[in-house]
Amino acid sequence: MSAGRGAAPGSPVHRVRWLPGTDVLRGACHCGAEHEGQDPVEMWDWLLAHPDHPAPGDAGR
Amino acid sequence: MTAHSAFARNQWYVAAWSAEVGGDLLGRTVLGEPIALYRTGEGRAVALADRCVHRRFPLSRSRLDGDKVVCGYHGFTYDTTGTCVFVPGQKRVPRTARVGSFPVAEVDSLVWVWIGDRDAADPAAIPRAPHLAGEGWTTVSGMEPVDCDFGLLVDNLMDLSHETYLHGGHIGTPEVAETPITTEVDEEAGVVRVSRHMQDAECPPFYARSTGIEGRIRRRQDIEYFAPCLYLLHSRISPAGQDAPLFETEITYAITPSAPGRVYDFWAVSRNFAVGDPEVSGFLRDANHTVVMQDVDALNVLQRCLDTETEGYQELSINIDTGGLAARRILARLAAQ
Ligand code: FES
Ligand SMILES: [Fe+2]
Repeated sequence: MSAGRGAAPGSPVHRVRWLPGTDVLRGACHCGAEHEGQDPVEMWDWLLAHPDHPAPGDAGR
Repeated sequence: MTAHSAFARNQWYVAAWSAEVGGDLLGRTVLGEPIALYRTGEGRAVALADRCVHRRFPLSRSRLDGDKVVCGYHGFTYDTTGTCVFVPGQKRVPRTARVGSFPVAEVDSLVWVWIGDRDAADPAAIPRAPHLAGEGWTTVSGMEPVDCDFGLLVDNLMDLSHETYLHGGHIGTPEVAETPITTEVDEEAGVVRVSRHMQDAECPPFYARSTGIEGRIRRRQDIEYFAPCLYLLHSRISPAGQDAPLFETEITYAITPSAPGRVYDFWAVSRNFAVGDPEVSGFLRDANHTVVMQDVDALNVLQRCLDTETEGYQELSINIDTGGLAARRILARLAAQ
């Protein structure tokens, strides 16, 4: 693996897994909050809203 | 006519392969800045603004006299800092006679330049691709300019499902587009990682011919994108159901915005197997060049179509776009800094 900027230990990472055998994306924020959906645009909106992750069913989501 | 993506100025960008910079002047344009590159007698790479102060003749079309550049039009002569040290026919060199110079750093056989605020240029921030010049690796490489927004090339590389359709019969097989991805984003570091692990896949000619594997393969693709410029695809191949033999290929791209609507596509394929085999090198060079040109042709066509769209045209993103969307957000943030 490469060194440099990517090696910064402990810097917060957002992770989105596309669940095998489904169309579902499961996003995990570095704060531990999780979210499922089927639209990557909405998923990044949700993740990058940290720490104000919209709760499921919030208006506009 | 649609707008082009904004450039992030305070970043390092690849201007050339080390091997391209030598005793002849090389002209490149990075973030709209014309640059003349050359190497001093001591071996140091130099990047000067590529316009003579006299009548704006390109220094890249001029000649070197030792470490000095002699303008090919009327002979204004510049040292490695861009200071004019000679003008024809008179003793006095005007005090304002100088061209700009750009910070340069040569790392892993890439020549990086810095276009932004000089004080912010820190070579330690350059992301690494050690395989390019590493012991035990062999690399083939090239560069193709593309007449498209650099964002289209980032989109292209972040979503490898297009291998199945655009590069079918070369590097694409059905499994690439079918296999779900995992995407990780390190916002602070500006790094996006996309992984696609295929346990049992067809072996495309690119790997069959270079590795000699005949049957199906386990194929792992792990992308690391260090926004804005460096893209690494760590590719690992082994026979399906086996951990060994393991063939590691590092596919490197440097994505350098040249001007609005134009991008340099630096590419390299490094391998840690058959390292001394010129036939494998020749095959991989030709094969990857073919693949790159398929992308170049597609992106040229795509940009021409986008140019006829009105501002704010619609796109539709699906799961395969998760990594590309993350990259776009980071690029927008870097450009706004
Ligand atoms: S334009 Fe360079 S010396 Fe005249
Ligand atoms: Fe491609």
